[in-house]
Amino acid sequence: MLDQQLVNALSLGCVYALFALGFTLIFGVLGVINLSHGAVFMVGAYSAAEFMRVSGMPLWVGLPFAFAFCGVLGFLVDVLVLKPLRKRNAPHLIPMIATIGVAIILNNGIQGIFGAENLRFPPGTIPDDALVFAGIHVTVLELGIVLASFVLMGVLMLSLQRTQLGRALRAIAESPKAAYLVGVNVEGLFYLTSFVAAGLGGVAGVLIGLYSNALFPLMGQPMLEKGIAVIILGGMGDIRGALLGGLFLGFAEVLSVAYVGSNMRDAVAFGLLFLVLLVRPKGLFGSLKERKV
Amino acid sequence: MSDTLLTLKGVSRHFGGLKVLQDVNLDIPKGGIFGLIGPNGAGKTTVFNLITGLLPTTSGTIHFEGQDLAGRKPFQITRGGIARTFQNIRIFKEMSLLENVIVGMDAKLRYGPFGLLASSGLFRSEEKRARDRARELLSWVRLDHKADDVADNLSYGDQRKLELARALATDPKLLLLDEPVAGMNSTEKSELMVEIENIAARGFTVFMIEHDMRFVMGLCEQIAVLNFGRIIARGGPDAIRNDPQVIEAYLGREDDEATNEEAAA
Amino acid sequence: MMEALDNFWSVYSNLVLSLGINGLLALSIWLTLACGMLALANAAFMGIGAYTASILTLNYGAPFPVAIAAGMAAPAVVAFVIGKPTLRLSGVYLAMATLAFGEVVRIAILNAESLTGGALGLNGIPQSTEWWHVALALVLTLLVLWRVRRSKVGRAFEAIKEDETAAGLMGIDVAGHKMLAFVLGGAIAGLAGTLNAHLTFFIGPAEYGFNRAVDILTMAILGGIGGLTGPVLGGTILTLLPETLRGLGAFRLVVNGFILVLIVLFLPKGIWDPARIRQWFGRKGSAA
Repeated sequence: MLDQQLVNALSLGCVYALFALGFTLIFGVLGVINLSHGAVFMVGAYSAAEFMRVSGMPLWVGLPFAFAFCGVLGFLVDVLVLKPLRKRNAPHLIPMIATIGVAIILNNGIQGIFGAENLRFPPGTIPDDALVFAGIHVTVLELGIVLASFVLMGVLMLSLQRTQLGRALRAIAESPKAAYLVGVNVEGLFYLTSFVAAGLGGVAGVLIGLYSNALFPLMGQPMLEKGIAVIILGGMGDIRGALLGGLFLGFAEVLSVAYVGSNMRDAVAFGLLFLVLLVRPKGLFGSLKERKV
Repeated sequence: MSDTLLTLKGVSRHFGGLKVLQDVNLDIPKGGIFGLIGPNGAGKTTVFNLITGLLPTTSGTIHFEGQDLAGRKPFQITRGGIARTFQNIRIFKEMSLLENVIVGMDAKLRYGPFGLLASSGLFRSEEKRARDRARELLSWVRLDHKADDVADNLSYGDQRKLELARALATDPKLLLLDEPVAGMNSTEKSELMVEIENIAARGFTVFMIEHDMRFVMGLCEQIAVLNFGRIIARGGPDAIRNDPQVIEAYLGREDDEATNEEAAA
Repeated sequence: MMEALDNFWSVYSNLVLSLGINGLLALSIWLTLACGMLALANAAFMGIGAYTASILTLNYGAPFPVAIAAGMAAPAVVAFVIGKPTLRLSGVYLAMATLAFGEVVRIAILNAESLTGGALGLNGIPQSTEWWHVALALVLTLLVLWRVRRSKVGRAFEAIKEDETAAGLMGIDVAGHKMLAFVLGGAIAGLAGTLNAHLTFFIGPAEYGFNRAVDILTMAILGGIGGLTGPVLGGTILTLLPETLRGLGAFRLVVNGFILVLIVLFLPKGIWDPARIRQWFGRKGSAA
């Protein structure tokens, strides 16, 4: 049924958008393609599951925990790896390669600790009741995912547009040097951005994890690849583009599975990406803004 | 006009709403030294960018040796005989001086993949020819004693001379020099003046953009003046020196600057 | 003595051959890195070569030399086809596009089940690869690349890497050279894939994905791309390291990750950096 598919698409799209937002934040503000974002996503899921298992806390505590845990992780990556490279003024592909190293550490570290088999959330974590809204069957889970995503995205967008903090971040995105010269605490905001972006990625990980209830160490990999597809589709560094791109991909995937078959599901993201890169490298929404260093 | 090497006819370049160049007409004759001057922002480097194919014209044509350059890629235009230097020096910093100059010759080396792989006689003789010619060109600009040094270590003035040698390596008919003496002290400038005269005497046609009036007046036989994207005067050094429009263009600017300073004070 | 050698070989032959194959892979990405391009498609090219050659030997009983030739030609052709639009991109966009291409190839392999065996891969590939195949391939590749480096082509690559626009204005056909590096690199990766497939007897789509692409990049960066020694050295280290770290279990790959981070942070030009080595030996660094 189309309505059901639309709900699936919306919730999936929201998670993609959430992930892409974190990814794009880092690119826009720090100027780095953080290829460890997928690993952080995965760590979010694992950290929430483990935390809830050990402490017995419910999901609505586990989610903020994942946010905080991953936020700290993102902050550490920034301080230990990205900051020294910033100081050296390394050409921007170098930090990207370093984040690949971080991803390998995290992916294999988690595999070493938890093994490669699927991990599940503690029993009872996932609500399985459903509601009926205007004739559409919506599970509480999907509703929760959509709501949580919208709340987070809304807070993020509002902060960026309306607050002084947001203005400072946008100034840094234009030109870190100029922002520094007008008194913006650039380094501090880099730390904050890394924290928030990683936190968002971690939350996205929990949400997707709830969907499938099958966590595995490499679950961040396909997510990362799709995240890359989304932000290129939406225009790199463009927040609205990440949001719309994520939703678009969610819909494209679900609808293609429904009408074409599930084999090609993963190919959708890449096929689109490849096409767009060849035809319009700026993405559907973005402009190839050259950052003034 | 078989003597004309390069012809710009009605060349305009618009960028968004900005009219960078409007209806530029230039004839560069073969042999000799031609100068293009004008206040900052007049559009001089854009002229070079259009000639070398880095930018397309919005309208108008550019003909080199009678051939229309439209649609040609920069490397094709260079191989056709036009070489240039850059306002903000673009040497290959991590290569030696010798290698920098040899790169300019590479398009002319006549060995193919088989010669390369088999280290054939042709490969070796062409590579030797390239090295010898590169040393010769470096000696023209008096840099041959530093041939094996890394280009990054050169002084500013020497880097400009290296760019000149590298451009010469492409064996051009027309040499475009974009502010060849910018940032040099007067000794270096006099030296370069002599070197450019020698180069022109060897048969290269030189077309240069410069700010330094004395340098331009001392070297160029024909000068064109660009102001706000339009050619406002053209002639020999004396004619240009006394042209009222030219004086206005330069002095007018100075006048404005003086007025602004008064207002700001 | 001969017995000892025989024993060594029977235990370690695969390892030694893997050394050679990884060396080839690292050299294949050296070519594009030498032009200043971060292209991450070589794992996919390796897979295309491996599958093409294996299908020929398995299904059509093709002789090994033919399979090798096809295993090099197929990725070269693909590289040529996607190179035209892709190589216009630069920097990050090129890296992303080539990664995306790699994914498309992997998914295509997964889905073309009748030809490629899908997720189950191809089994029973004749183990035709002998030590001298790998040795010959490595030596020939090194020879070719060494000659290229010392010629106008090698100079053009370096010029393009430093300043593409200036290189073009010096008469260098930038697009043509980039394409050459990309296609040749693809062919070498295909060669490595072919030899590898006929060594390991079994191949599957998972072997040619993101992890492999990253491994290849790591080998080159670890060793250093200033010359040809670096990639081979990097390939050697990254082949031997997992063996020496067997005791760590899953954590040994964590070490790979640390290596990458540490190299980027502390040894950006890789281990084999002629200039730095010369400094250690007290001679002033001059043009490499």
